[in-house]
Amino acid sequence: MKQHQDTLLYLDGVNVSFDGFRALNALSLVLEKGEMRAVIGPNGAGKTTMMDVITGKTRPDSGRVVFGNSTDLTKLDEPDIAALGIGRKFQKPTVFEPHSVWDNLLLALAGDRRPRFTLWARPQSEERDRIEEILLTARLAEHRHRRAGDLSHGQKQWLEIGMLLAQEPQLLLVDEPVAGMTDSETEQTAELLREINRTRSVVVVEHDMAFVRALGVKVTVLHEGSVLSEGSIDHVSDDPRVIEVYLGR
Amino acid sequence: MSRVSLNLCLLAVLGGAGLLAIGNVAMPEGSAYHVPTYAVSLAGKYLCYAMLAVAVDLVWGFAGILSLGHAAFFALGGYAMGMYLMRQIGTRGVYGNAILPDFMVFLNYKELPWYWHGFDNPAFAIVMVLLVPGVLALVFGWLAFRSRVSGVYLSIITQALTYALLLAFFRNDMGLGGNNGLTDFKDMFGFALQADATRSGLLVATAIFLAVQLLVARYVVTSRFGKVLIAVRDTESRTRFLGYRPEAYKLFVFVLSAVMAGIGGALYVPQIGIINPGEFSPANSIESVIWVAVGGRGTLVGAVIGAVLVNFGKTIFTGALPELWLFALGAMFILVTLLLPGGILGLLSRQGRAPKITPAAEPAE
Repeated sequence: MKQHQDTLLYLDGVNVSFDGFRALNALSLVLEKGEMRAVIGPNGAGKTTMMDVITGKTRPDSGRVVFGNSTDLTKLDEPDIAALGIGRKFQKPTVFEPHSVWDNLLLALAGDRRPRFTLWARPQSEERDRIEEILLTARLAEHRHRRAGDLSHGQKQWLEIGMLLAQEPQLLLVDEPVAGMTDSETEQTAELLREINRTRSVVVVEHDMAFVRALGVKVTVLHEGSVLSEGSIDHVSDDPRVIEVYLGR
Repeated sequence: MSRVSLNLCLLAVLGGAGLLAIGNVAMPEGSAYHVPTYAVSLAGKYLCYAMLAVAVDLVWGFAGILSLGHAAFFALGGYAMGMYLMRQIGTRGVYGNAILPDFMVFLNYKELPWYWHGFDNPAFAIVMVLLVPGVLALVFGWLAFRSRVSGVYLSIITQALTYALLLAFFRNDMGLGGNNGLTDFKDMFGFALQADATRSGLLVATAIFLAVQLLVARYVVTSRFGKVLIAVRDTESRTRFLGYRPEAYKLFVFVLSAVMAGIGGALYVPQIGIINPGEFSPANSIESVIWVAVGGRGTLVGAVIGAVLVNFGKTIFTGALPELWLFALGAMFILVTLLLPGGILGLLSRQGRAPKITPAAEPAE
């Protein structure tokens, strides 16, 4: 199949089953370069499995996952895919708790990941500048010396998003970024994601409909492992099938 | 980990060993400052155990690899040194055979097995002390970490590894002295092992090796490599999605730790005067984990404190109530785990918890 010039990520007929349960059922999805996409769907619709497949944690039974022009992600493992420029934020904020905010960002910075490099690595001034920049974007400038484990829930989420930025990925996968956040934190997170989207593509998996509406981007609704509906938030919320399985209950 | 406590520990180890050695060699017998030779050897033994403990702490405390077979690397380093010491005996053995050690003559060996060749050369023996534990750790670690074996499964395989070696070294066919092991050593690098000065010299040498080991370990755990290692310990999958390969980090630190344990074993054998398959027994490895837990996991200094204190306790206890020692050891492990999760060092630090180890509870906001 001919690839469109501006396609960043292309899932083609991806199937995944666990012990007979079909988590993904011939899932196909196309993401443009520079696009922000919201993915919604009830529990068990396959949202997290989709992220697992893209990031190499789960290998699909069949189907293709193509990144950029021709890279088949199903042949690669997590570190290789991360090196290609795909970053992932987990549902539960996952930061390195014993390390300071600064060190968390330092470890996430794009660069040589091999032991023979990190064993001798010295802090560079470009690294310092980049971390300062991310601290400002992620609203963590005054917390740089704090232990990441001592941050509030919302701050941990931002730190993790900041770590994703430090990786300088082309594509960010963000799993439920506003779960457990206060209203003002939610608002700031939407702003942060829009800021990131100016230079990178983003996929946001979210339950919070108000948040998805606030993002104002194209929405994909998953149900039982495949795409049920796709379009603007108004389009999908008027779709009778979507109302039946998800919104109408 | 604080720089200050590690520097204090270096000072105590080097200064203590130096004072004991001076007290043994320079003070006349009968003087109040004279240190008997058995005390020097005992202190040397404790410091060798401390080297094993620091090696265990490096993999367990900083990489989360609970190795229950680390004494195997210690014993392998010991055997490599023991083979060198055996070859130094020459014609002074009971049978007076210049080529074959006593046990080989007794077992009717006709010639020296191929793997004994080269061990009469001290440089070759030293290379083997580093190489044998290192290569075993490399092969074992490569297989285990690449297959993502971790947690209790890894602990069980390391235990199986040391048990397999125990059984192998017990066999007379192995050509390493069977259950009697290697003993009756006469001299090392030309110095008579029975001489007080040699004993004191070995104690000081052990203290220096331990100090260097601590400095290397501190460099590794405070480098960016060490930060990745701690990240792997706590949140391995996150490091993978950041593009790190946890298996490469674990393998490096596992091999480094095995080599350190091997050096400890090589210094242990000349001071104790014997190496036998008992050193491979799983209980030894478990004991070394207890030293680290008692001293404070993930602190390096705690490993030294734990190894010295527990073994000092063992010396006292097995003298007074030998049959109760294992119960005391078990009780100590349970009490430390329940009441002092940060070990002795955690107790000394203000918060009363292990520095860097205890994950913070979810914030109450």
